[in-house]
This record gives sequence, structure tokens and C-alpha cells, in this order.
Amino acid sequence: MRMKKAWMGAATLAGALFAGAASAAPPTAEMLSNACAGCHGTKGGSAGLTMPSLAGQSKEAIIDAMKKFKSGERAATVMGRLAKGYTDAEIVAMGEYFSKQKLHATNQMLDKAKVAKGASLQEANCSRCHLEDGKEGKDETPAMASQWLPYLQMQMEMYLSGKRKMPEKMEEKVKPMSKEDLDALLHFYASVK
Amino acid sequence: MTLDRRSFLKLLGAGAGTAGLPMIGRAAELMPKTGRRVVVIGGGFGGSIAAKYVRMLDASIEVVLIERNRQFVSCPFSNLYIGGLIKDLSSLTIGYDKLAANHGIKMVYEEVTGIDPAAKVVATKGGTLAYDRLIVSPGVDFRTEEIEGYDPVKTPDVIPHAWKAGAQSTLLRNQLEAMPDGGKVIISMPLTPYRCPPGPYERSCMIGTYLKKHKPKSKLLLLDANPDVVSKKPLFTKAWNEYYKGIFEYVPAKKVTRVEAANRTLVVEGIEDFKGDVVNFIPPQRAGQIAVAAGLVGPDKNWCPVNPVTFESANHKDIHVIGDACAPPSTGAPMPKSGYSANSQAKVCAMNVVALMNGRETTDLSGINVCYSAVSEHESVSIAAVYKVAEGKITAVPNSGGISPADFSIAKMEHTYAESWLRNILTEMSS
Ligand code: HEC
Ligand code: HEC
Repeated sequence: MRMKKAWMGAATLAGALFAGAASAAPPTAEMLSNACAGCHGTKGGSAGLTMPSLAGQSKEAIIDAMKKFKSGERAATVMGRLAKGYTDAEIVAMGEYFSKQKLHATNQMLDKAKVAKGASLQEANCSRCHLEDGKEGKDETPAMASQWLPYLQMQMEMYLSGKRKMPEKMEEKVKPMSKEDLDALLHFYASVK
Repeated sequence: MTLDRRSFLKLLGAGAGTAGLPMIGRAAELMPKTGRRVVVIGGGFGGSIAAKYVRMLDASIEVVLIERNRQFVSCPFSNLYIGGLIKDLSSLTIGYDKLAANHGIKMVYEEVTGIDPAAKVVATKGGTLAYDRLIVSPGVDFRTEEIEGYDPVKTPDVIPHAWKAGAQSTLLRNQLEAMPDGGKVIISMPLTPYRCPPGPYERSCMIGTYLKKHKPKSKLLLLDANPDVVSKKPLFTKAWNEYYKGIFEYVPAKKVTRVEAANRTLVVEGIEDFKGDVVNFIPPQRAGQIAVAAGLVGPDKNWCPVNPVTFESANHKDIHVIGDACAPPSTGAPMPKSGYSANSQAKVCAMNVVALMNGRETTDLSGINVCYSAVSEHESVSIAAVYKVAEGKITAVPNSGGISPADFSIAKMEHTYAESWLRNILTEMSS
């Protein structure tokens, strides 16, 4: 009997609390984006070498990436499974949120010779889309400045193996290049502050 | 409320050793409350993040974080340490100095001895703290009283649980290293719910890795109290079959009811003996002791029912419970008891605590859980889910989430992403 009463007490109280819950507003951009930070870092500034920073990334690039993760067009380990949990409107909200955060400047130990070589190659090969030394991107092209080198290398490997589909015009530039030159370019972008 | 107050006082009396004299009226206030204050109990995956995000969202609210240890050792990745894939615990250990300095969080390194929900006061061994809202993130404690022969103090020195990372992880690793080749290792895991659903299975893979490399004539037994594998079944089954065949055996529906530390024996349902050279017994669990003592647990007496949006306790006003200890009522598919869930819940809770303290509308939960588990030296697998509130319940968003592909085609990549995840979540907590 007493047990039952306690149950009811808890249930009524819980009911009252849920009534409050029912009037809660739908998740805000911040509410949605905070959940990503356990992997991508607080406000999207990553401390993990293979996990991309989202802070300061362009809105268009994030939205494009999330939509491609969601549809399966962009190969992923975990992002495909996660992106399917969000509506297009929520994806836009998160894109806006992360694009407004300060770029996460990284201090990476980078081979200086490779950085210099990449710097000499980027203008002719990549700057049509990866603008301003990779600080910005044309349309949905992602910014790469200060991005973690191991992440960029993993993604380049996915492109070259065909797992991640390269944009046609990027492929025209990338295909003829040596692996060394491509790696030098990634070093360069990772070095840009 | 009277009952809770009484049990609170009883708890204080027991702790203070002053013949039941309530400490609350006599103990010195640690820090007099001047403005609005949130007190957070527990500096783990949930508490540290709740403290940080309350400050990030409203710097006019004073935040006091009470934690008994100066350093936090991560349970995630401690299985890799036990299996010898990580040299020591330093990469899994963080302190609170930077977190406190960066966000103006006041650290109190004390053991909490009681909570008075009516007076809105937390008692610690060093004195009391008043709060406007309290966030409790106490993790789990063990229901050792259900296990015959288990001495909460002495048994873990012989039969480690290693379910709270640190000295216990080291003890288990040392025992494995000291065991001669050809020995028998037993892991025993409880019925769900318990902290970290895939954890015991990951542990079997990591101990398997160690034995295969260093003691290949040995045997490893996983006694699962559950009738079947409760997490990432196809993935662990594949790992067991392909990597640990000949060493490893999975035995479901073996609920241990008695331990005999002296001869390293586990007794299943009072009748079947399993004797090992190294025995790792993971006891059944409930919300951390402080949550039980404060009357925050529900009718099951184990877990704390909370509001799925604010994480406010169903039992006590102005007290919120997050992480392993909480059980959002009637959720259907509650978020698993994991570090990632606690991190995610802490942010939802912080946001709504700040909203409530400023008289603003609360915001519905949007949460994530991801758990990476290592299955071999260079491979990890994951489970992921996105959570929303639907009809007053926390629910996984349909047609999203799930486990890694069963062919392990991305397992090497996930192994490196897992490391980055750990770095990020520990950095979130410590800076
Ligand atoms: C479990 C860890 C994890 C969580 C949680 C997570 N991500 Fe990711 N994210 C990754 C990984 C790993 C990649 C690389 C792609 C892959 O393999 O899935 C990535 C890549 C991305 C990219 C592509 C970045 C680029 O430069 O191309 C975006 C955008 C992104 N994530 C957004 C998000 C958003 C938004 C959320 C929250 C809703 C989120 N992520 C939550 C792990 C995570
Ligand atoms: C025609 C435009 C274009 C050119 C030229 C181009 N890229 Fe890209 N790049 C893109 C776009 C668009 C994306 C994102 C597309 C996708 O994969 O969904 C991208 C993505 C990338 C990424 C992945 C970044 C991330 O955050 O995941 C890398 C690395 C990269 N490019 C390197 C290069 C390099 C190196 C060059 C020069 C050799 C180059 N790109 C030339 C348009 C271009």
C-alpha cells in the first residue's frame, strides 16, 4: 500500500514537471550544436588530431557536408549515422552556429619544407575554389586553414581511393599531381593561421 | 519532505560521529552565498561540463563544483590500458585548474555528506554550501549488498571491479601481468542497466589482445548475467570469432550471486562455481550513494527519475540529476549510461537551469550518444544515436544512428577517430 502511494506521489510530481516540459521551445541552434562538441570540441574547436574543427567553417560547407552525409553521397565513418537524425532546417541552424564561432587556430608541428612547397603550388592548382590561402571557400568549398593535418590526410586518402567523391573540377587538378605534392599542399593549408 | 529531511540528518549524524547532532546548523558555511548560485556535485563527464556551460551561458551565476578527487581518470580507454595498449593512465587523467581558471568555477575538493532539499544546502566534510539550484552528477556505486561474501573494502583488492578507472585498473592490469601463461581469467558482468553498456565486451577484447600476445595458452571467460550480448552484438561476436578463438568463451545468463575472494571464485545463482587465476567481477550498480541518501532515486531505489527536458529530479525541486545516475522516467529508449550521454545531458541541463534562473522558456533536449569500443589493437567500432524529446519522452530519432558496419571496413579509421574523440571530450572537461 505504502509503496503504491509513493509511486503515485512520484507520478503526480513527475506529471507536473512534464507539463512544464511540454511548453519547452524547440531545440535552438546552440542546443543542437552543443551535442556535437563532445567530438568536435567546445564550440567546434577540435583538440583531436583526426577530428575536424567546425569553428569558423563556412555555413555553406557545413550544410553541404551534412546533407551529403545524410544522403550517403559523402562517405563517412559516423557522420552518416548522425546526420540522419537532423532535419534540413536543423542542419542550416548548426551551419550558421559553427560558422559564427572563431576559427580554431592550431599549432601543429609541420615540416617547413613541405609547407613552403605547398605554398608555391596552391595558387595554380587549388586557389580557384580554396580561396585566401584556404581561409575561405568558393560556394560550398570548405575552409582548410589551420585544419588538422591528419584529418586532411585521411580525407585526401578517401578521395584518392574513390571512397569520397571528388568534385569534377577538383579532380582535374588533383589527379595529375604526385602524392608528395598533394601532401605538401595539405601541410600548407594546415599551417595557415 | 519530512522523511527526506530526517534521512538527511541521519546521514549527517553518521558522518559526523557526533551522536546524531545535525551538522547543518553547526558546521561552518564554506562560502557564504551572495548572489545566485549553482552548486554541482561530481566532476566527471557530466558535472564538469554542467559547471562549465552554466558559466559560459550566464557569467553572473556563481558556480561551485564539488569533487572529492583532485584528478579525474577516464573510464573510456581504461580497457586499452588494462590490455596493455596504453602505457600508463596519464593520457586518461585530467585536472580541474584550467577549467576553473578559464570559466571562474569555484572548486571545492571535498566529499559530500548530505543534501537538504528543503533548506537548499549541501553538506561536505569541510562545511556547508547553499544553492539556488543543484546539479548532481554522482555516477554509479555498487549494489554489493546483493552479492554474498562481497566486502566493499576488502574484496576489490583481490577481485578488482576496475569499473572506476584509476588504481583499480592498475590492479587488474598488474594481476594479468603477474599471471603465468596458461592461467584462467574470468570477467563477470551484471544485468542491465549498468555504466557503459559495451564496456565489458570491449574489456574482453582488450584482455584477449593481451593474452593472445603474451600468454597464448591462457583462457578467458566472460560470464554475462544477461541472456544475450546487450550492446553491438554483431561486432563483438565477429571480433570474438575472428581474433580470440581458442582463448575466449562467452557464457550468457550467468548471474553471479556470491564471491569467494580467498580462492578467487564466483558462484552463479548459488550453485555453479567458477574459479579463476585473475577474476574481474563487475558488480550490479545504482546511482551514486549521495543520490540515494538524498532521496533522489525512484521506486526502483536504484536510479533517479528526472524531467527529460530540464533533468530536474521528479522527487525534489531545484535539484537536477544528470549522467549515469539519472533515469528519465518512461523514456522507452533512454540515453545509455555513457560518458558521451553525460556530456550531452549536462549541456541540456545547464542551458535549461540558466533559462529557469532567468525566468526564460526552457528548450527541448537535442542530444547525442556515441560510444567507441576497441575490438583489437588497431580497430574500433562505434554505436551512435541522436535524441530528441517526443511526447514528453527522450527518444532516439527514428532511422538514424546505429552501429558500425559489421565487416570492420571502417574499423581502422574509427580507431583513430576514437582517440580524437577522447582528446576532445577530456579537453572539453578540463579547459
Ligand atoms: C562521434 C563523434 C562525432 C560527433 C558526435 C559528431 N561528429 Fe562530425 N565528424 C566526425 C568525424 C569522425 C568526421 C569525419 C567524417 C566521418 O568519418 O564521419 C566528422 C566530420 C564532420 C563534418 C565535415 C567537416 C569537413 O571539414 O568536411 C561536419 C560538417 C560535421 N562533422 C558536423 C557535425 C555536426 C553538425 C555534429 C553534431 C550534430 C557532429 N558533426 C557530431 C565525428 C563526429
Ligand atoms: C573546382 C573547385 C576546387 C578545386 C580546384 C579544388 N578543390 Fe578541394 N574541394 C572543393 C570542394 C567543393 C570540396 C568539398 C566537396 C566534397 O567533397 O563534398 C573540396 C574539399 C577538399 C578537401 C577536403 C576538406 C574537408 O574539410 O573535408 C581537401 C583536402 C581538398 N579539397 C584539397 C584540395 C587541393 C589540395 C586542391 C588543389 C590541388 C583542391 N582541393 C582543389 C573544391 C575544389
